[in-house]
Amino acid sequence: MVGIGIDIGSSCAKAAVTEDGNVLLTEQMPTGWSSKDTAEALRQKLCAAGFDPAQLPCIATGYGRVVVPYARKAVTEITCHAKGAQKLFGKDVLDILDIGGQDTKVICLRGGSVKDFLMNDKCSAGTGRFLEVMANTLGMDPSSMIALAAKGNDAGISSMCTVFAESEVISLIGKGEPKENIACAVVASIARKIASQASRLREPGVPAVLTGGLCEASYLKDALGKELGTAVESCPDARFAGAIGAALLAEKRQKA
Amino acid sequence: MSYELPAQFAQFGEARKNGFLRVKNIKENGGRVAGTFCTFTPQEILDAAGVSPVSLCGMSEETIPAAEAHLPKNLCPLIKSSYGFAVSDKCPYTYFSDIIVGETTCDGKKKMYELLGEMKDVYLLHLPQGDREHALEQWTQEVQRFREFLEKKFGEAIPDESIRDAARARNKERSCRRRLMELQKLQPPASTGYAVYKALEGAGFYFDVEEVCKELTRLADGLEADYAAGKRPVSADAKRILITGCPIGGVLEKTVKAIEAAGGVVVCFENCSGIKATLDDVDADAPDIVQAVAEKYLKIGCAVMTPDSRRLALLEKLVDEYKVDGVVEIDLQACTAYTVESTTVRRKMESLGMPYMAIETDYSLSDSGQLATRLEAFLEML
Repeated sequence: MVGIGIDIGSSCAKAAVTEDGNVLLTEQMPTGWSSKDTAEALRQKLCAAGFDPAQLPCIATGYGRVVVPYARKAVTEITCHAKGAQKLFGKDVLDILDIGGQDTKVICLRGGSVKDFLMNDKCSAGTGRFLEVMANTLGMDPSSMIALAAKGNDAGISSMCTVFAESEVISLIGKGEPKENIACAVVASIARKIASQASRLREPGVPAVLTGGLCEASYLKDALGKELGTAVESCPDARFAGAIGAALLAEKRQKA
Repeated sequence: MSYELPAQFAQFGEARKNGFLRVKNIKENGGRVAGTFCTFTPQEILDAAGVSPVSLCGMSEETIPAAEAHLPKNLCPLIKSSYGFAVSDKCPYTYFSDIIVGETTCDGKKKMYELLGEMKDVYLLHLPQGDREHALEQWTQEVQRFREFLEKKFGEAIPDESIRDAARARNKERSCRRRLMELQKLQPPASTGYAVYKALEGAGFYFDVEEVCKELTRLADGLEADYAAGKRPVSADAKRILITGCPIGGVLEKTVKAIEAAGGVVVCFENCSGIKATLDDVDADAPDIVQAVAEKYLKIGCAVMTPDSRRLALLEKLVDEYKVDGVVEIDLQACTAYTVESTTVRRKMESLGMPYMAIETDYSLSDSGQLATRLEAFLEML
C-alpha cells in the first residue's frame, strides 16, 4: 500500500511517499507566495517520480492544506506531526516540539495517539519567524546563526516579542557586543519560550523530540535540552514529519 | 415624546436599525430601558420597576479604536468594545438607556464603569466575592438597595407583588431557554450549537418576556417536530463539544462556527448566554422575595468569584448530562479571572478524563486561521 502526504507550511512545502509504513521519497521546496502553485509543483515532482497523487491515496496538511486540490482529505498538522514523529522515532510516548515558520507546537503523544497539544497564539514569539527576523538583523540565515550561537556567551535578550527583541538585538549590535554572543542570546531566548510553553504539558520521563525545518540545528537541540532538563532528539527526516504522517494516514485510510 | 436620532445612525446596517427602532418605540411610548452587562443583574427588580433590561456587551471590534483613546490596549475586548459603543454613540441601546447597571465583576469593568459614569447614569451593584456564610445577606442588601434606588429615581414604589410577578414571568422565560438548550442532549442533537446560541442571544433583544417565551417555544416545538419526523441536522458522528469561559458573542464565528465546520457540534454552552444563568429559578412565593431573587443570582458560577466551586460543579454535571466528548474553554484576551481559572478547570477535566482545550482570543480576525487549526486538531484528537 502506497500513501502520499503533502505538508504546505508557511515557509516550506514538503511531500512524502510511504509504502507499508516505510518512507520511499521526500521532497521539499519553498512555499513562496502562492500555496496553490507550490502544491501543483509538488504534484509534478511526484508524478515525475512515478507517484501520481490522482491515482494514489493522498492527504494534505499544514496551513495550506485546503489549497491542495488533488488531496482526498485535509488533516491538521498536529495529528500528522504526531503520526510522523511516532514513525521516525519509533516511540508511542513522546513530547514533540515542532518549530514551524509561523507556529510552534508542543504535541503530547501517549499510547500512539495525541493526548494534548499547545500551539502559540497569533503572536510570532517562539516560532521560526522569530529566528528568521533575528538572523536577518544579524545578516545571516537561521542555521548559521544557530551554529554561531554555539561559540558565544548569552548576551541576554529579555523580550519574547519579536518586535521588541529585534530592538534589543539592534541595541546590542550598537553596543559592539560580539555577534556570537547575540546569536547565543537569540537561541537561549527562543529555547526559554518554547520550554515554558512545553512545561504546561510536560510529564517527567517522557522523551522530547524536535521536528520542523530546524531539526538539524544541533545547538538549538542542546539549548532546548538544557531548558527542558532532558536530551532533545531529532533526525534529518524530522523536517518531513508532517508529510510523512499524512502519507501514513493516507495509507491507513485506504486500507480502512 | 419623540426622539431625535444622532446623525451616525443613518449609516447603520438593517439589524442594528431594527433594534434601534424597537428601543426608540419603547421610549416614545413612555417606557424605560436599562443597559446591563452581566448575568448577575437581577432582572426581576428592573422588570418590576417597569424598566426593560438589555445587554450592552460590545461584540464588535469596530468601536475598539475609539475606546483605546481612554482605555489601555491590553484590556478585554468586551470592555473596550462596550465602552467604545458608548463614547461613539454607535449603540442604540446604550444611547437610549435611562440607566446602566454594572456589577463589581472584574477589575477592568469596575474601572470602565467609573469612566462610563461620566457620560451616563451608572448604578453599580457590589457582588460578594464567593460563598461565605454572609454572602447571601450582603447580596440581598445590595438588591434591596438597588430596588430603593430605582424607586427614588423613577418616583414610584416597587411593590413585592410586582417582583413576584416578574419572577414568575422570568422563571417561564428561563424554562423556555432551558427547553431549547436541552434539545441538544439528544443524540445526535436537534440543532447546530451556532443556531441555538443565536436564538438565545437574539431573545435578549425583544423587550417583552411574553414574546420571548412565545418565540423560544415556537422554535423548540419546530425542532422537536422535525426531529420526530426523522430530520437529523447534525451527523451522529459529530463530536459533542461543551463551551465554557467568557462571553463569546464577539468571537462566535471563529470559534463555534469553526468547530462545527470541522465536523464537531456544540451541544452545551455553559457560559454567560447559556446554561449557568438560566439553570436556577426564583422562588416567587418565598416569604422574602428580595432575598429569593438574590439567592437565584448568587447561584451563578463565574470566575469573578473566589472560590468558584459552583462553576466546577456545574461543569462536572453538564459533561455527563450532555454526553460531552470534549470541553473547549474560550477566554477573551486579558481576562484575568477566566484565564487564570482555566488551570483549575483543566485540572478538574483531567480528573474526569475529559479532553480539554483553552483558547484565548479577541475580536479581531487575525487569529482565525490558527484557531481553526487548533480546534480541528482538538476534534481529531477525540
